[in-house]
Amino acid sequence: MHDFLQQLVNGLSVGAVYALIALGYTMVYGVLRLINFAHGDVYMVGAVIAYELAVKLAGLNSPVWVALPIIFLGAMVGCGALGFTIEYLCYRPLRHRPRLVSLITAIGVSLLLENLFQNRRIFGATPRNLPELLVIRPVLSIAVGASHSPVIVTNLDLISMGLCIAMMLGLSWFVLKTKMGLALRAVSFRVDTASLMGINTNRVISMTFVLGSALAAVAGVVDAMRYQVDPLMGLIPGIKAFVAAVLGGIGSIPGALLGGFLMGLVETLLKGYLPAQYNNYSNAAAFVVLILILLVRPSGLLGKTTVEKV
Amino acid sequence: MLLSVNGLTVCYGVITALREVSIEIDRGEIVALIGANGAGKTTLLRTISGLLKPTGGEISWCPPAAQVKSDAKTLEYFGATKDLVGMRADQIVRLGISHVPEGRQVFANLTVRDNLLLGAFTLRKRSDIEEGLERCFGLFPVLAERKNQRAGTLSGGEQQMLAIGRSLMGRPKLLLLDEPSLGLAPLIVRQIFQIIREINLHGTTILLVEQNAHMALTVANRGYVMQTGRIILSDKAANLLENAEVKKAYLGG
Repeated sequence: MHDFLQQLVNGLSVGAVYALIALGYTMVYGVLRLINFAHGDVYMVGAVIAYELAVKLAGLNSPVWVALPIIFLGAMVGCGALGFTIEYLCYRPLRHRPRLVSLITAIGVSLLLENLFQNRRIFGATPRNLPELLVIRPVLSIAVGASHSPVIVTNLDLISMGLCIAMMLGLSWFVLKTKMGLALRAVSFRVDTASLMGINTNRVISMTFVLGSALAAVAGVVDAMRYQVDPLMGLIPGIKAFVAAVLGGIGSIPGALLGGFLMGLVETLLKGYLPAQYNNYSNAAAFVVLILILLVRPSGLLGKTTVEKV
Repeated sequence: MLLSVNGLTVCYGVITALREVSIEIDRGEIVALIGANGAGKTTLLRTISGLLKPTGGEISWCPPAAQVKSDAKTLEYFGATKDLVGMRADQIVRLGISHVPEGRQVFANLTVRDNLLLGAFTLRKRSDIEEGLERCFGLFPVLAERKNQRAGTLSGGEQQMLAIGRSLMGRPKLLLLDEPSLGLAPLIVRQIFQIIREINLHGTTILLVEQNAHMALTVANRGYVMQTGRIILSDKAANLLENAEVKKAYLGG
């Protein structure tokens, strides 16, 4: 029981990161029907910005409660600008071309970012550790039943899950309650018709990229603190978050969250319970779960197959 | 002249969909555009509203800038003529041209109310939006009953009413209607045309694209007949209804 609960905490903490990245995939897919394969690398850039800022701030001896907000906001602004630029320069000129063209461009942008950041003048290929700004330590320990070792929640787990929930609430409010959110929903239904309402669809699409990239930045900063920063770190989480988005039903915002948390849980539980010699297969097993779910529900858990009346 | 289209040519790749099309619409008119499937009617509307870019020609928009009442006469001052070619669709909407697309295209996953609010996207004042909603619910009482229902659950006729109501929210000067009768029962079609007439009486100019030529020419003041991307005939609607060629080709003998 204790082990299970501990894995649950770990799974939710990892899942929150997947969910944050998956939101960007699903939002962009919603408006453009494009899988933005460069999205995982935007997450990496978030981590790199976090590293650079953390080094500067550590040099200034700034306290954690000053440094952390600066790092998070800095990474969000930086990645937001990057997302805007990627859309403006790479996808917008190809908007009216066959969709495959944009998809291949997305892969190109992904490779470009990965290789650009391996350049020594920009970041370099060697993974680096964030300076010790935030000491990861247990902040909650919950005794469970008769077990001697309590379930441990670290401060990073709390930050990860807390920010994910806060971002999710903020995003829901934005999408469901504001005028721009309504425009976003209209554009994701059909771009042409949305423009006939007087909506500047280019602006809405840019905004979607900025929001999605800012959410990926949050995920990048959390993982920069949890693991290491390296230019290829976006690959695996990027793919997993993409899978999470598909699992939840691509285009659906609650679906991305559900998929993200599910992905994190399945992966952590498998890592915890598979026999040691099979441990390396936990990633593969997570994808098997995906395939099984998609066999039963091809449009994802919360995805909708919309029926249009003519 | 409210809108005049001059020598408009539109191509899809190598296929020319419109060849040198010219039409004119005066303020307060209902103009019908009839023709067979694939004649280019929808292409013309989509080009006027900025969804398609023409390869040649111009579209001039000249709305009355101001009206002054003096001695029982209304004097109109016309503003500068604008060329719509090259403007984005959302900018054209803001000028007062609203397009009800073919197949209605209501936002099926949003509520009726949200659909109407999207129609009012260009409005800023809350009072204007409330007034628009009231006007729309007055015109289509059934929409008031269903305002919290998802648009996708409405019947075809109700969806058409919603599409028209949505496009009226921004108080357009010119309404472009693309096949409002498509796929609807005759009784509903009559109801929709009744409403079109009513909207026109309240001062909105209408360009109506229809395959149901008889219905369209009955409500319209003037009509244009399109065939394979060209205007082949234009006349008063009453004359077109009597025209032997039109009768044979579009009115079922």
